[in-house]
Amino acid sequence: MPKTPARTKPARELVFGDLWEFDPAPETADPKLKPRYDLFINGSFVAPRAGKYFATINPAHETKIADIALADASDVDAACKAAQKAFTNVWGKMPGKERGKYLYRIARLLQDHAREFAIAETLDGGKPIKESRDFDIPMAAAHFFYHAGWADKLEYLAPGRQIAPHGVVGQVIPWNFPLLMLAWKVAPALAAGNCVVLKPAETTSITALKFGEICQEAGLPNGVVNIVSGAAETGAAVIQHPLTSKVAFTGSTEVGKSIMRSLAGTDKKLTLELGGKAANVVFDDAPLDQAVEGIVNGIFFNQGHVCCAGSRLLVQESIADEVLAKLKRRIAVLRVGDPMDKNTDLGAINSREQLTKITDLVQSGVDEGAEKHDNGCKLPTKGFFFRPTIFTNVSMSHRIAREEIFGPVLSILTFRTPEEAVEKANNTPYGLSAGVWTDKGSRILKMSTLLKAGVVWANTYNKFDPTSPFGGYKESGFGREGGKQGMLDYFVIE
Amino acid sequence: MSQRLHITKTPKCYVGGAFIRSESARVTALHDASGTFFANIPQCTRKDLRNAVEAAAKAGPGWAKRSAFNRGQILYRLAEMMEARADELTEAIALGSASKAAASREVAAGIERVVHYAGWTDKYEQILGSVNPVASAHFNFTVTEPMGIIGVIAPDDSPLLALISLILPAITSGNCVVALASNTQPYPSILLGEMMATCDLPGGVVNLLTGLRSEMIPTFATHEHLRALSGAVNAADRKTLKLGAAESVKRVHLLKSEEPIDWFADKRQGVEEIRALIEFKTTWHPVGA
Repeated sequence: MPKTPARTKPARELVFGDLWEFDPAPETADPKLKPRYDLFINGSFVAPRAGKYFATINPAHETKIADIALADASDVDAACKAAQKAFTNVWGKMPGKERGKYLYRIARLLQDHAREFAIAETLDGGKPIKESRDFDIPMAAAHFFYHAGWADKLEYLAPGRQIAPHGVVGQVIPWNFPLLMLAWKVAPALAAGNCVVLKPAETTSITALKFGEICQEAGLPNGVVNIVSGAAETGAAVIQHPLTSKVAFTGSTEVGKSIMRSLAGTDKKLTLELGGKAANVVFDDAPLDQAVEGIVNGIFFNQGHVCCAGSRLLVQESIADEVLAKLKRRIAVLRVGDPMDKNTDLGAINSREQLTKITDLVQSGVDEGAEKHDNGCKLPTKGFFFRPTIFTNVSMSHRIAREEIFGPVLSILTFRTPEEAVEKANNTPYGLSAGVWTDKGSRILKMSTLLKAGVVWANTYNKFDPTSPFGGYKESGFGREGGKQGMLDYFVIE
Repeated sequence: MSQRLHITKTPKCYVGGAFIRSESARVTALHDASGTFFANIPQCTRKDLRNAVEAAAKAGPGWAKRSAFNRGQILYRLAEMMEARADELTEAIALGSASKAAASREVAAGIERVVHYAGWTDKYEQILGSVNPVASAHFNFTVTEPMGIIGVIAPDDSPLLALISLILPAITSGNCVVALASNTQPYPSILLGEMMATCDLPGGVVNLLTGLRSEMIPTFATHEHLRALSGAVNAADRKTLKLGAAESVKRVHLLKSEEPIDWFADKRQGVEEIRALIEFKTTWHPVGA
């Protein structure tokens, strides 16, 4: 029997919204930035051979932060050769226990420099300081800590088989969680005994290059970690280089596919963590207030720049109106603005290019007939910002229900039966993650069995842990990061 | 520089996060290799053991509830504390018959062992737990749980490394420990207690007693709040411990101290040592709409 939403006059409530200004609460610690960042190759910061640099900007103010070295193919070649040499002479031969000690040092040093890294991350990438401070940086350190402990326990990973590191691993990471994605890639690779050449995203190179300073402080042998900043060509050079026998990429499905094509005909091993269009499924017996918090966290965390964002809300028809009302009320009080302010919920969109993409897709939603709601809040006059937005009246064929928006935009669809929910949730080429909200344990497990996704969150969303494997089904990529499964992707299994 | 009369240290046992003398007020004089008086070591009693079990019982639930990550951080911090005072530990071991070089090797191995277990806190579950593909529509999974309070009886040899090798697998999984240190070389355990007191390990998780094995073994054997016994003891003590254990079906994990034990060996550490001191719990949960 469908529950009828209360038709009586709603209880009076205080909605603060923009009625009163919050006092600014800016984070002011020193991020210790340099005006210019060189490439980190063979344990030193070196100028790019062609002498080219590009500017990295603060997306909240559109002001330049620093010049970043642009690595070309010859720089990448030098990095790969340094990595190969370090692998052959030092790192590949080192007992796991000793490698582990370096990783523990890195974890500890990241903890020491946590605030400095958090601020650098927020300045360069636009995410709210509370997220970089409380999530990105501590989680990055935790990944090094967890993987440090694997280095002397590798025999437990594939019992009965011989495993060996690949040698040099080429890694290309995205801009949404710059240091954390570095940690997800570098920590398991190093614990396994590989050396790495990593290309950070063009718009967010600073924390990766600052990580080079951490490697120096830790006394990490030269060449074990190499950071080559640049654009798409730099990434392609890393992926194509004959010395990188394994490639790990996190980014869009489109680029992932082109990497697969470019590596066809080689023997390189590949893992891909690509896009998603996750369904967050809310049943009528779900604890609704908790579910609404989960929905908000699922789509608005990190401005929605999250590959596993719960961007499709599938809500059971009988509670759809109630959920929508609660959601609208919740987003009315989300604070959009200065990422450096400790009260900010949604910071800046990472780049003008991304803002344009979000704006275009939202326009397509309106054009295709969906109904748009946003919280109407004031946006800063400079910088790249977008209001938290939800769409109702969405059909499965709409672009906003099919394409990854990678922004703070939620599409709401309804369902009547669990079968319909599964059908709709799985009706996507992606399969990275999903959410289920219900009071029934047996239903959680049934849904988890039926949903074609690499991670299923039940009565929670966007939870991450170094011990928990993360990665997708179908066009969301293959391979896992975290846990035993993630470690195994960094070995040749004989 | 003028000769200054130094302050002599009173060794005390680490129990319940504090440093205690034995309730009996008895001590054993400890001499260095040349026969010179070094210090008086508490000679703990059965009552001290019971008090220590009480302290462990208080600390137990909190320690078991800490996240695996947090336990790992704390154990790693213990390694940091030991490394910083490695010279002191070396001298403590060298008080006995060990050469300085051998003592130094033992300290290094002890620190590495602590780091090894720091890395296990968030991994042993991934090796020892399982999801079980039962034939019915159930999600069936097995997880580990700590047993509770573990009685540890260290051998006389390798006074630091053996003690660490017996204590660490127990606390890695969230157990608490009441340990009796080497009878002949108790001083390293006193220092270890000081390091445990400064590594963020909650008080009472590890309690280190010094005293006569002959006096304490019967109480270790019969104390019903000890859920398992782990140690290296002789044949007679093994029999006493096993007989006592039978009364409350304690788990017994004992090595033979009359045979040489290579505490440096890799097989003296690892997930099997952890497995000996945990329980397994299997949960059945229906799967369905």
